[in-house]
Amino acid sequence: MEQVVQQVIGGLATGAIYACIALAIVMIYQAIDHLNFAQGEMAMFSTYIAWQLMEWGMPYWGAFFLTIAISFVLGYAIERIVFKPVHNASVLSHVVIFIALFAIINSMAGFIWEFTIKPFPTPFGTKSVLGDGLLSAHGAGMIAVTGIMLALLYLFFRFTRVGLAMRAAAANPDSARLVGIRVGFMNAVGWGMAAAIGAVAGIMIAPVVFLEPNMMVTILLYGFAGAVVGGLTSPGGAVFGGFAVGVVENLASFVPHFGAEMKLSIALALIILVLTLKPNGLFGRRIVNRV
Amino acid sequence: MKTTSPVTSIIAAIGATLITLGNNWKLAGFILVLIAGAIFPLVATGVFTFQITQLLIYAIAIAGLNLLTGFNGQFSLGHSAFYAIGAYVSAVLMTQFEMPFYLTIPVAAAVCFVFGFLFGLPALRLEGIYLALATFALAIATPQILKFKPIEHLTGGVQGLALFSLKPEAPFELPFDQDQWTFYVTFAVTILMFFIAFSLVNSRSGRAMKAIRDNQIAAKVTGINLSLFKTLTFGMSALFTGVAGSLSALLIAFVAPDSFQITLAIAIFVGMVVGGVGWIPGAFLGGLFILFVPNIAEHIAHGLGWFFDLIRSVVPFFPTVSEQSAKGLTGTVYGVFLILLIYVMPSGLAGLLRLAAERLARARS
Repeated sequence: MEQVVQQVIGGLATGAIYACIALAIVMIYQAIDHLNFAQGEMAMFSTYIAWQLMEWGMPYWGAFFLTIAISFVLGYAIERIVFKPVHNASVLSHVVIFIALFAIINSMAGFIWEFTIKPFPTPFGTKSVLGDGLLSAHGAGMIAVTGIMLALLYLFFRFTRVGLAMRAAAANPDSARLVGIRVGFMNAVGWGMAAAIGAVAGIMIAPVVFLEPNMMVTILLYGFAGAVVGGLTSPGGAVFGGFAVGVVENLASFVPHFGAEMKLSIALALIILVLTLKPNGLFGRRIVNRV
Repeated sequence: MKTTSPVTSIIAAIGATLITLGNNWKLAGFILVLIAGAIFPLVATGVFTFQITQLLIYAIAIAGLNLLTGFNGQFSLGHSAFYAIGAYVSAVLMTQFEMPFYLTIPVAAAVCFVFGFLFGLPALRLEGIYLALATFALAIATPQILKFKPIEHLTGGVQGLALFSLKPEAPFELPFDQDQWTFYVTFAVTILMFFIAFSLVNSRSGRAMKAIRDNQIAAKVTGINLSLFKTLTFGMSALFTGVAGSLSALLIAFVAPDSFQITLAIAIFVGMVVGGVGWIPGAFLGGLFILFVPNIAEHIAHGLGWFFDLIRSVVPFFPTVSEQSAKGLTGTVYGVFLILLIYVMPSGLAGLLRLAAERLARARS
């Protein structure tokens, strides 16, 4: 039993990583109605920016907030430059654009910062705060940051005019336009916000997995799994889903042959299982289209 | 009494055949392709033969994905999994059960059909982007599943399986080396698979597939069994891609889990979009793209060195970029290619060709 508790707490710590990225995925899904396959790479690139700022002597939190601002601008710019011209193209074309963005950002990061693995600092320290190496201070800090981010997002979407306008623009673009919301602008803001959340996720994850251009590829899959488990329409659900994926993944290590080497298959199984049994996730709204 | 010498009758026969062929350009084209395929490996270099064999294999895989996406409206970013299953079935049967390669192709096809059909069952409940996501997860998990410990004695685990000594020789002491013979085998299978693909999309089942793509509810109302046709299409699509994988095991003579990464699934997907969604011959254009464009991108990235020298002559503190690190920009060049392609030809090369044909027809009239 004690072992199970340990694995659950350990799972929550890794789950915080997945929760961060799942939140970013849900954000962009809310804004543009698409899953962004380049999301992980955008987060990775932002993390490199933070690393570079710190290399140039900026204090941690200064670099943290400046990176968020820069990422917002970059995300906004990507929407305006790359995505807007093909906004009405088919979903297939959009997926190709995501793949292209993936290749571009990944190779740019490798080109600018090289493919060597870099350590990344944590502001919370690495002492364990719970049990014996069960939950590190960084893990706890990560969970706290995810919680704060979720609360801020909730307030933003619930109580601000821009938040409401963004929800309207994503849910029903035509009607939103008729009541005077600039839908295109809202899409771009959504991209910017997703990039900013991704930046936070990347900066929080980097001390755990180390900084390198391919750090996000597998984490993105867990992020997708988390987002799907919680429901793609629910930011809170995504955070819950991320934690759940972390815990399930850790508990699965009790099953023989399904240890570390089969972790990705667990994410795959979770995605397929949840999508098949409960296509809108545990907390998602059911979207009904009129024929 | 009129006498005809054998020579004139032969000439007359040839003339008559040519006239029939002239009237039947499809058959004429087919015969031309056959002749070209028969001569090609005899005149081309070994490397070029290898590349074109790979092109045909990609084309089969892309055609498989096109059946699913272009004709049935279902997504897949996970076809590398079926390609891998096809390759592994052939490799395992050849190494562990000493089966001759030719017999492993139908087995690989059948196994992939079953896997595709089974994957099609959960796919029934997923639409558009959700299906893309599930298949994306499948593609990422594939290399791990292939390394799965309990089946290691069959699959060879991380090391994979080497087939170099098992490559079939040309039969009847025909004067071809192994690479040439591999080309002929691939060429024959390609013709067969594309014949099946064309027949399928023009058949009653093909029309049902397209009806489902265009409007599910309308299709259902006309009495089409949605679940059955969607899962069968998934199976057929996996079958095509599995045959391609099986042939690739023959060509490369080596299978290992890391040859079947998500990049392969993306390549097949990009090839389909570039060649044209819902146009079967586009598979060859898509195959050309994924075979040669990454190389071209690498050359361009390599050649960007002068560009950085130019910047440095204007901006003095710009860091020196070695040719080696300029190569790191290959992905960037490739990505820019893809984006431009979507801007310029939103419906792939197929759309561009159709547009050109229309313009030409209008200019003539």
